[in-house]
Amino acid sequence: MNPLLQSILSAEFGFAIFRVMTPLLFASIGVSISRLAGTINISMEGTMLVSAFVGVLVSAFTNSLILALLAGVAAGVAMGAILSYFHLRLKANIILAAIALNMFASGITVFLLFLATGDKGSSSSLKSMLFPEVHIPLIKSIPVLGTIISGHNIMTYGAFLAIILFYIITFKTPLGLRIRAVGQNPHAAESVGINVNRIRMWALMLSGFFGAFGGLYLSMGYVSWFARDMTAGRGWIAIAAATLGGYMPLGTFLASLLFGAVNALAIYFASLQIPSELIALIPYLATVIALTIYSAQAQKKRHRKVEEAKQVGTIKETT
Amino acid sequence: MEKFLLKYFTLIRVIIAIGIGIVISVFLIYLTSQEPGFSLRSFLLGPFLTRSRLAHLFETASPIIFCGLAIAVAFQAKQFNIGAEGSLYLGAAVGTAFAVSTNMPAFIHIPLVLLIAGLTGALWSFIPGILKAKWKASELVSSLMLNYVAYFLGLYLINYHFRDKEAGFLVSFKLPETAWLARFIPDTRIHYGIILALVLAVLVYYFLYHTTAGYEIRSTGFNERFARFGGISVFKVIILCQVILGFLAAFGGMTEVMGIHRRFLWQSSPGYGWDGIIVAIIGRSHPLLIVPASFFLAYMRVGGRVLNLMSDVPAEMVMVIQSIIILLITAEAFLSQWKYRITVRQAERGGAA
Repeated sequence: MNPLLQSILSAEFGFAIFRVMTPLLFASIGVSISRLAGTINISMEGTMLVSAFVGVLVSAFTNSLILALLAGVAAGVAMGAILSYFHLRLKANIILAAIALNMFASGITVFLLFLATGDKGSSSSLKSMLFPEVHIPLIKSIPVLGTIISGHNIMTYGAFLAIILFYIITFKTPLGLRIRAVGQNPHAAESVGINVNRIRMWALMLSGFFGAFGGLYLSMGYVSWFARDMTAGRGWIAIAAATLGGYMPLGTFLASLLFGAVNALAIYFASLQIPSELIALIPYLATVIALTIYSAQAQKKRHRKVEEAKQVGTIKETT
Repeated sequence: MEKFLLKYFTLIRVIIAIGIGIVISVFLIYLTSQEPGFSLRSFLLGPFLTRSRLAHLFETASPIIFCGLAIAVAFQAKQFNIGAEGSLYLGAAVGTAFAVSTNMPAFIHIPLVLLIAGLTGALWSFIPGILKAKWKASELVSSLMLNYVAYFLGLYLINYHFRDKEAGFLVSFKLPETAWLARFIPDTRIHYGIILALVLAVLVYYFLYHTTAGYEIRSTGFNERFARFGGISVFKVIILCQVILGFLAAFGGMTEVMGIHRRFLWQSSPGYGWDGIIVAIIGRSHPLLIVPASFFLAYMRVGGRVLNLMSDVPAEMVMVIQSIIILLITAEAFLSQWKYRITVRQAERGGAA
């Protein structure tokens, strides 16, 4: 069998996909939930970076995983809160404010890293803790499947829970209903007494909440240190995955899986002297195409509604 | 006095935001440095103190002006295209490929290479434009994705087809001398790109404020529906500003390759597209204000580098400061209370008279 096929079909490759997918999944849930409220949060890159940094720092100084988790999540939520304050209260354009926040995160983490360790590259001098790996009893002894499913970092299983949580929040809670209502038509939502800004604030803070886990996983699971700009574009890829997934739970999951697979594949291809650049660009291209198809259909639907409305109008006029 | 305040309110707001940014930087330096006085002087005055740093200021500002102009045109039409980065990268890669594989006299080679790079960028930027104009696909997301596609395509082109294997690291072949932009100040790398940038700033200003197409772009940005009712083809406007954006960004990227590096050496995206967004915000998308805004950003950058070299304060402080300045400038409601109060007072006085 040719070596490429062999490595793709191996169980380790399946394991790698989930590993690569985990931070993307958290972040793309964050993007999705903000987009559902009509205020897309493109500051996931910065949110993850800040949470990754805070997690390492707190775990190194307190030796407590729980405190590190809480502090990291609080930092992510704070990023969402800052964005919502600038966008909703100070009327800043959300895209520009988020770009500024990303820059802020990139700068402040290195600045503080330098003050804390005297090093600007990484936090390797700090002793950071790690989230544990989970070996699922019974399942781990199944051949192939066990290698793929068992032995992941607890955050990877957390990512699956996050998808379920995202689904429950969006479709089973009053907040989720309001988030969707505000996103679809803010004026209509306002007319039935929903405080649009408050709902959007919640959505943005929730998006920071989910993004934070992605960041924590990067610095305390994927590796065990913080490095400057360690998100390496994952926050942007998350926007792609969320868009490709139509901002819905299952779609977001499948899209993140796809991006995870392609990223893992690109690593394999690079080792086989095949231009990995050409493989690496496929998911982005796919996202553009999916976005276009999605938008074209939405537009067609809008047109149809207008036509129907017109017809209803003429029928009324004639009778 | 108050009339003056109202008239120049947006400009004053920008200056106040910059002032706050500088105050915070002073605060941060005093907080972190062992010898704050010296560090502060390095940061604020450092960029002017030696000839090479002063030259560095101009070299840094040059590509930022191009990208700032590019983004400004799109922002004027309220198009949030962040694809300048991708257009710049791919345009410069294709331009380099063309330059190293052709041979002709300099007076044709230089404009032709610049044109090919610019057109590549324009064509690339046309894609999010047509997707937005035709199917309302978000230009933000599509341009972001196309940045990655452009990056990988450019990387593939250079690394697999135009790589100089003798250079020891991943770079393209050196450009033939006929495709170099000359450096006109001895012992510096200041090249004719900066002159082209200044000329383009004036041209873009003229285009936006003194031509019909420019008026249509600004009207669309001001109020798209109104523009539509006024008979302006929003379709045309969207495509036009995307194409201009891609052209300017790629053109600027190519001047950087031809004047500074003389070969394509960006293994990661250089980030000028993002700098363009920063200066477009600081310069309020006005082409002539883009120039001082770019010099201000370059000043901060060079100051940061001096700080890094001479003192114990990391250069990343500059990123923190610039992000705070941008946040304050984009926050429309920042100082709006103040403006409101002045307006009311003016109106009351007017009523009494």
